[in-house]
Amino acid sequence: MIVMLVAAGLAVGASIVVPMVMQRVVDGPVRHHDPGGLIWFGLAALALGALEALMVFLRRWTQSYASLSMEADVRDELYGHMQKLPLTFHDRWQSGQLLSRAITDIGVIRRFLSFGVIYLIVNVCQYVVVVVLLIRLYWPLGTLVALSAVPLFLISRGFARRFLTVSRQVQDSQGDLATYVEESAHGIRVIKAFGRRHHMFTRFTANADRVYGLAVERARLDSRFAPLYELIPNLSLAVIVVVGAVAVVQDHLTLGQLVAFATLQMGLVWPVESLGWILATGQEAMTAADRIYDVFDTEPTVVDRPGAVDVDRASVTGAVRFEGVRFGYPEGDRDVLAGIDLDIAPGETMALVGVTGSGKTTLVSLVPRLYDVTGGRITLDGRDVREYTLDSLRRTVATAFEEPILFSMSVRENLALGRPDATDAELAEALRVAQAEFVYELPWGLDTRVGEQGLSLSGGQRQRLALARAVVSRPKVLVLDDPLSALDVNTEALVEEALARVLAGTTALLVVHRPSTVALADRVALLEDGRITAVGTHSELLATVPSYRAVLSATADEDEDLAGWADQLPEGRGVAAR
Amino acid sequence: MSTEKPAVPAELDIEAWRGVAAEENAERTAAEATDKQSVRALRSRSMRLLGSLVRPHRGLLTFAVAMLLVQNLAGMAGPYLVQLGIDRGIPPIRDHRDYGTLVGIGVAFVVAAAGAYVTKRVFLMLSGRIGQSMLFDLRRRVYKHFQKLSLSFHERYTSGRVIARLTSDMDSISEMIDGGIDNLVLAGLNVVSVAVILLFLDWPLALVTLCSFPFLLWLSAWFRKQSSRAYRRTRETVSLVIVHFVESLGGIRAVHAYRREPRNQEIFEAVNHEYKRANQRAFRLIAIFSPGIKLVGNVTIAVVLTYGGYRVLHHQAEIGVLAAFVLYLRKFFEPMQDLSMFYNNLQSATAALEKLSGVLAEEPDVPEPATPRALPSSRGELRFENVEFGYRADRKVLPDLSLTIPAGQTVAVVGATGAGKTTIAKLVSRFYDPTGGRVTLDGVDLRELSEADLRRAVVMVTQENFLFTGTVRDNIAFGRPEADDAEIERAARAIGAHEFISALPEGYDTDVAKGGGRLSAGQRQLVAFARAFLADPAVLILDEATSSLDIPSERLVQRALRTILADRTAIVIAHRLSTVEIADRVLVLDSGIVVEDGTPAELITGTGRYADLHRQWEDSLV
Repeated sequence: MIVMLVAAGLAVGASIVVPMVMQRVVDGPVRHHDPGGLIWFGLAALALGALEALMVFLRRWTQSYASLSMEADVRDELYGHMQKLPLTFHDRWQSGQLLSRAITDIGVIRRFLSFGVIYLIVNVCQYVVVVVLLIRLYWPLGTLVALSAVPLFLISRGFARRFLTVSRQVQDSQGDLATYVEESAHGIRVIKAFGRRHHMFTRFTANADRVYGLAVERARLDSRFAPLYELIPNLSLAVIVVVGAVAVVQDHLTLGQLVAFATLQMGLVWPVESLGWILATGQEAMTAADRIYDVFDTEPTVVDRPGAVDVDRASVTGAVRFEGVRFGYPEGDRDVLAGIDLDIAPGETMALVGVTGSGKTTLVSLVPRLYDVTGGRITLDGRDVREYTLDSLRRTVATAFEEPILFSMSVRENLALGRPDATDAELAEALRVAQAEFVYELPWGLDTRVGEQGLSLSGGQRQRLALARAVVSRPKVLVLDDPLSALDVNTEALVEEALARVLAGTTALLVVHRPSTVALADRVALLEDGRITAVGTHSELLATVPSYRAVLSATADEDEDLAGWADQLPEGRGVAAR
Repeated sequence: MSTEKPAVPAELDIEAWRGVAAEENAERTAAEATDKQSVRALRSRSMRLLGSLVRPHRGLLTFAVAMLLVQNLAGMAGPYLVQLGIDRGIPPIRDHRDYGTLVGIGVAFVVAAAGAYVTKRVFLMLSGRIGQSMLFDLRRRVYKHFQKLSLSFHERYTSGRVIARLTSDMDSISEMIDGGIDNLVLAGLNVVSVAVILLFLDWPLALVTLCSFPFLLWLSAWFRKQSSRAYRRTRETVSLVIVHFVESLGGIRAVHAYRREPRNQEIFEAVNHEYKRANQRAFRLIAIFSPGIKLVGNVTIAVVLTYGGYRVLHHQAEIGVLAAFVLYLRKFFEPMQDLSMFYNNLQSATAALEKLSGVLAEEPDVPEPATPRALPSSRGELRFENVEFGYRADRKVLPDLSLTIPAGQTVAVVGATGAGKTTIAKLVSRFYDPTGGRVTLDGVDLRELSEADLRRAVVMVTQENFLFTGTVRDNIAFGRPEADDAEIERAARAIGAHEFISALPEGYDTDVAKGGGRLSAGQRQLVAFARAFLADPAVLILDEATSSLDIPSERLVQRALRTILADRTAIVIAHRLSTVEIADRVLVLDSGIVVEDGTPAELITGTGRYADLHRQWEDSLV
């Protein structure tokens, strides 16, 4: 930064001295008919010119490093911060808005820092130095030039205020557009399946039209103010020529001085003119910074508490207990979970059953602290999960989601997500449990890239990989959110068989939709209206709890239509009775 | 399409974990390459694109340029008036106190300044409007084209890149539009007009000045060549940053659950660093170019000063001329200097334009027919005639499939993963075209149907259940945007989704949040069903569409399906045999070959695979 400013200062200095040299040329050798002196002045001008160029080079070279490093660092930091923010934040924020902050906004700030700031400082310095020189040359004119800064200042203030509002709107609308684009890219299959591209296009046009309208408004504002920055120095120049000429006649000023004066003032036109542009960029950078701070100012809420301890992997038994757990989403008006009490013994497999949307997924997400409870507490081995370090807690509790998320990386990397040091043998074992040995038949085996940018896998294949991933991390507590929903019966049976062995020594919380999967569980808990209404073995609940029967039995006696239909199944109707 | 792909731009050290993909370079549009010939092709293609964007605004643009010319002339008057003031204004005053000439010059100065003000204002307004509508046009065109391109393209190109094209690339074009096209044009005008004025002022001095032009041109040509390469690289690297960003934050649940943050950070920093390096290269080029111009300018001024002084000494020139000369030179080199910045924007925008023109040059693999055949009456009879298909040439998923599904029949397709079930669905909904044979609907080859006809007739529901930002109502209405509220509700009721929807905080107007995050997987699936039901197609394809439903919901859907499917053709792909039970006919598929074909009752009593599967399923219902 210092190098930059010194270099900038010297460059400006050199550029100011050149007109002075010129004045000397006119008033010295030319007037005194001294060709030798002329050569010397010529050489001096050459040297100064070369110096200026060198300084500009130095400034730009260092500047490119400084501003780009700043950009990269802020982007790294912003990304890191976004990663730390809890799921509640990501649920609320549109991803396009995050993206436009991380890419566009940081870019805007960098542009201002790499060109704007330096020019702002340099131009203002140049202005001040030139004005001082002008006053020394001939004070009445110098003062006049100095006074021309007043309207410039007033204009800038008005401009800045209005520009700030519009530029924020423009940038926000661009974020909305980015969100829309992102969604259309991710939902392309649905769009195609319904042939709705014209519909999507019409809505995109509406979004783009809003950006257009705001951007034109911004251009209009710019067109009102920017030319003023050119008008004022030009008017000053007119005054200088007229008044200067009179002063020359009255011998207050030499001819050479007038030439120098005009040259210096001329040199001010561009810096002042560019001021309009710099201010606009500056405003945009400020808006961008505001938008970035929207994110930085959001504190990660799911973090290590002071004095948090590591889960001791050697001694942890895996007893999980829900004590009056309540949870509500920030903007939701009612709690999804309204007082959950549930005790899971070490090594026990507890299935969680409830109708669609009853909050099962939310409940299991609380254990690895993907969300924090809003009331009550969850304990692991008798200690509140919030008193453990996040890292060790999530190392202890592994989750397989219903919607398997695979990243665009090799199968190996995807599997070892939770435990990068897993050996090939361990991976093989997990793949066997999850019946995911198909990966060995992929073109490059475990090195094949899967995920969006790689080989596309079927829903069942993805789910099995996600399951294997959970198993690989050898967790003490395993959370499986309906992990077998996309598997065919054959595979499901094989997975269950293998999984049963894994579950033997592991505490497990299982979200279940099917009777077949319930077989894995030691006990079942029924989730209704945000509470656990029944806990027991599958057969106990089937026999005693009607609502359980409704949720989990393949034939429901209370539904006449379906009873009739179920009768058509040769043996299916016997299930409830068993 | 180039057959010989160049090497991947740079070996990032993160390549190891990314794994091997089928086509390493697939992510770039196929038409991009870096050898000389294709660079030229690239440039001419992007220039054609630019031309087509500019064309509608020709009239206004001409007017804007005229404004700019006037502004330039008015601006150019300054130094000349200074010269006049010194050489013509002072003598009359000195000789006979005649202020007339000087006042006249002063007035001319004010008029010129005011003229420059007005014309600049008009120009900025116009150029802003033109630039933004070009951008608007480009956005729409690219978006529309992306929507038109086939699924195979999207699978290859990935959503992150689509997003990069429509955000970051558009940004860099918009920067150029905002950041001073006028300056760029002015610089060109400057070169010409200053040269003319200088010649007019004092031609021997002007010839000396003109000697600097070859250096300027050479420097500019060098910069242009180098920086366009550098900026192309920045476009590529920024795509990588965006791809990683979108993907990792999209899967933030898994990132948190598996403490992936540090690794993600590493990867992000690596790609971000690449982006920085690419930018740095471009910036360093300016760091050389810009002072280079300055140096040429300063040397020229020094030479002019010396030679001009010499001429004045020998009374070959007037002092005022010399002053004006130096002023003009400064006026010439000063903006040129800062122009490098705008030139920079231009290069970045050109690189973006190249990328975009590459996308626009892509042809859909599944093109719309030039002269579509009308669908006689959409009864829904499907026929596969010797259909052959493979995603890759060396592996056929369907070797030779012939199959007729009469109108109104519900066919269940079962088989192991990779047997080709989903492929059949994709062929019927024409996400792909068969590599051999043909698929017909009511006797018309799908390839001959207009997209509108095809989509009206065939709808597919997948297990994906993607929901768009907006209300539940919007999402159901996606099936038929012109449907009214009553129809939407009827669809939801029919599918059994009405109950949970009305229980939501704002009922049908509840926002489904990002990617449907707030609704459970099962609820999303119900909304997706309602959407398909509302679309009311002749052929409905359900690809594992009930996997996330709990038993009560599935029961509801089953019941609904029996009414929904009654009067239309349906292909049901499911591993839940409960769904299969409602089918009129079951196909068991193995390696793309139909191994069993019959009614469920027939197959159950047989000894084939379906009977086995069915037994297992029943056992699982314990």
